[in-house]
Order: sequence, then C-alpha cells, then structure tokens
Amino acid sequence: MSAMSVFDMPSYVQHSYLGLLWEQLKVSFGATAVGLVASLPIGQACARWRLLYPPVLALVTVIYSIPSLALFVFLIDYTGLTDTTIFIPLALYSLCILVPGVVDGIRTVPPDVRIAADAMGFGPVRRYVQVELPIAAPTIMAAVRVAAVSSISLMSIGAVIGNLGGFGELFTTGLKFFDLKLLWLGLFSLLALALVCDGLLRVAQRLLTPWADRRSARA
Amino acid sequence: MSLIDFIRQFFADPRFQSGYDGVWQRIAEHCWYSLIAFLCAAAIGLPLAFLTGHIGRGDGPIAALAAIGRAMPSLGLIVLLAVKIGVFNFYAALIPLVALAVPPILLTTHEGLRAVDRSVVDAARGMGMRPLQILFRVEVPSALPLILSGLRTAAVQVVATTTIAAVISFGGLGRYVVDGLSQYQYYQVVGGGFLVVMLSVGTLILFSALSRVLVSPGLRRRG
Repeated sequence: MSAMSVFDMPSYVQHSYLGLLWEQLKVSFGATAVGLVASLPIGQACARWRLLYPPVLALVTVIYSIPSLALFVFLIDYTGLTDTTIFIPLALYSLCILVPGVVDGIRTVPPDVRIAADAMGFGPVRRYVQVELPIAAPTIMAAVRVAAVSSISLMSIGAVIGNLGGFGELFTTGLKFFDLKLLWLGLFSLLALALVCDGLLRVAQRLLTPWADRRSARA
Repeated sequence: MSLIDFIRQFFADPRFQSGYDGVWQRIAEHCWYSLIAFLCAAAIGLPLAFLTGHIGRGDGPIAALAAIGRAMPSLGLIVLLAVKIGVFNFYAALIPLVALAVPPILLTTHEGLRAVDRSVVDAARGMGMRPLQILFRVEVPSALPLILSGLRTAAVQVVATTTIAAVISFGGLGRYVVDGLSQYQYYQVVGGGFLVVMLSVGTLILFSALSRVLVSPGLRRRG
C-alpha cells in the first residue's frame, strides 16, 4: 500500500496538483508579462508628456477599483468559461501597479545622463534600451514583483465562476466538501508560490542590474 | 444579447425590485458589512501606524506585513474561516475583510508619516509643541494625501471582497453573482456585477472628493 501524499487530490478535484500549479503559473505570470509589455510604452509616453500622466493614472485606478469578480462575469459573455476570462482582468489590474512603476523608473534617469547619451550619438531607440531602461530597471522590477504576487492571489477568485482559478479551485471544492485539508493546502500553496516568485524576481533583478544599490531594490 | 440588455433585464425583473432579494436591500447589506469591516480596519491600522510613523520604527515588519497582505488570497481566507467556525457566522467574513484592509492602511500611513520633512517636525518641536501636538497638528495633516490614499485602497478592497463573501452564504451584492451562476441566470450575474462596479467606483469617487475637501490647499499645489 502506498502512502497517500498531501499532494494527491481527492477524486472530486478536477485537476492534479501539478495541473493546478501549471494553470496558476500560466495565467498569473502570462498576465503580468502582458501587462509589463503594455505598460512600458504607456509609461514611457506618460513620462515624456507630463499632461498625459494624470488621466492615465486616473483610468488605471478606476480599472483597479472594479472588483475582479465583476470583470470576470462580464467577460463570460465574450470569452466564455476559458482562461482568457481570467487572463484579461489580471493583465488590466497589473497595469495599475506597472504603469506608475515604469513612470517612476523613467523619472529616476538623471537628465544629464540622457543628454550625455544624446551627445554620444545614441539614437532614441538605443538610448532607451541601453541607457534609460537599465537605470529604470530596479524601480520597474520592484513594481513587477508586486504585480506578480498580487496576480497570483487575485487569480484564485476565478474559482468562483468555474474551475479557472488555479489553486483557488481548492477553496471552492474545499468549501463544497468541508475539506479542511484542501483549504490549508490551497492557502499554503498560494503563499509559498508568491514567496518563491518574489524571491526569484529579486534574484533576477540582481542579475540584471548588478550595479544597483541593494537598498534601492527594496520596496 | 449585449451586456446592456442583460443589465436592463435584471432591473426589469420584479424579483429584484423589492423584498429580501431586492436591489436596495442588497446594497444596504453590502454597504453595512463593508462599513463595519472598514471601520474595524481603520481602528486597528491608523493608531498603530501613527505610533510607528511618529517614533520612526518598524519599517521592516510593516513592509513584510504589507507583502503578506498582498499575497494572501481573500477567497481562501474566507472559505477557511467559514469551514472552521461556521458558514453563517458573521465573523467568518468580517475577520478576512479586516485582515485584508489593515495592511494598506498601515503601510501608507506609516510611509506618509515617515516622509514628512524632518525640518518641519524640528521646527514644530522648536516652537514648543508636545509629541501629540506634533503628530496631530503637523505630521498627520502633512501626510494626509498618502493616508487618504491608503484608506481609499482599503475601502475599495473591502467593497470588492465583500462580494466574494457571498460564496459562504453571506448577503450583499455578491449574492446575485453567486446565485445567478448556480441558477444559470446570466442576467442576474451581470446585474450583480454592474451594481458592484457602481458601488466600488462610487467609493473611489467618495474618497477623491474627501481628499479634495480635507487636504490643505498648500499641500495640494505642491503635490
């Protein structure tokens, strides 16, 4: 007789533990990545044209205040009960954290440095990639960490509308069957995942910007 | 059918116009639960942050607490408490709501007080103000924009999470979403979602109006 592991799911859970983990990673990291790709140009534009920033900030704040459950249910009509229904709101929410992060990051670039880069004959693209982005990287990465961690915990609410919440599924099934073991497993899995992902992003940031002051990396 | 048609259908249904499942009844429940949770969180978070921010200690623990608060899945906490202490227990929803609202209040208030210009505080001390006078007449008014933004974040989060409390047989606007999903009545789900959005955007507007009234004009120009 083989011993039952904590990670063996009872028959009423529709995924294996690894399946839930994969679902969780795919959607929450995918959404953060898409949010980052979108917020880089938005943030850059807001840092350049100052008048643009207040309305953009107001817009993302309003989006962030929309409860996730409401956004999920609105999207059911368009994207059905699929991962996309969870993915789009998470990506939108990450903008609220990432756009201010990118703007603050770009603003930490000293004007002299920008002028020096121009004087050295850097074009706008090369100046952005080789000068501005590396200087802004610690601030942006701090925002990425916050966004990634909150999208991991936010995603679990997707379980309310269907089996789309990654580890959140353990919460809804645990409630249905009054299974405390499942609930604890879900809670600890999510917290551990958030902790691990925060740590990995910290390491990534240190590798990307080895010159950065360690204190500035904290946020 | 578009979302607007569903919302229209929701408001046309007599079931949701009056009685225990009526819109006003649910809105009142939602506001009442949210208000209690928000006030509890403010009563815990504000004094604590005033203390730590004033004496300038506890940056590390407060940042760690805020990080844990962000990582904590609200649904998990609500469901766990419901199974532990009973589904119809008011505290099963109240405790997670308070637990989620305290970290943002604590963090922003603490950071706001820490960011107050030291020379202003020194000047106040030089004028012979006592520590409590410095706190409430210099530090808190200067930090008010940040303090209010922390309270706003917490309030919006509480309103949003009260919706999820419907999962454990709790009233409020989340009822429509959860019941609609299990009764396969999509218009009920969308109608509930619409009301929740109105309520949380309303909370946001309330707090920005509040900060316009409360924050000193001198600070607003600078910020």
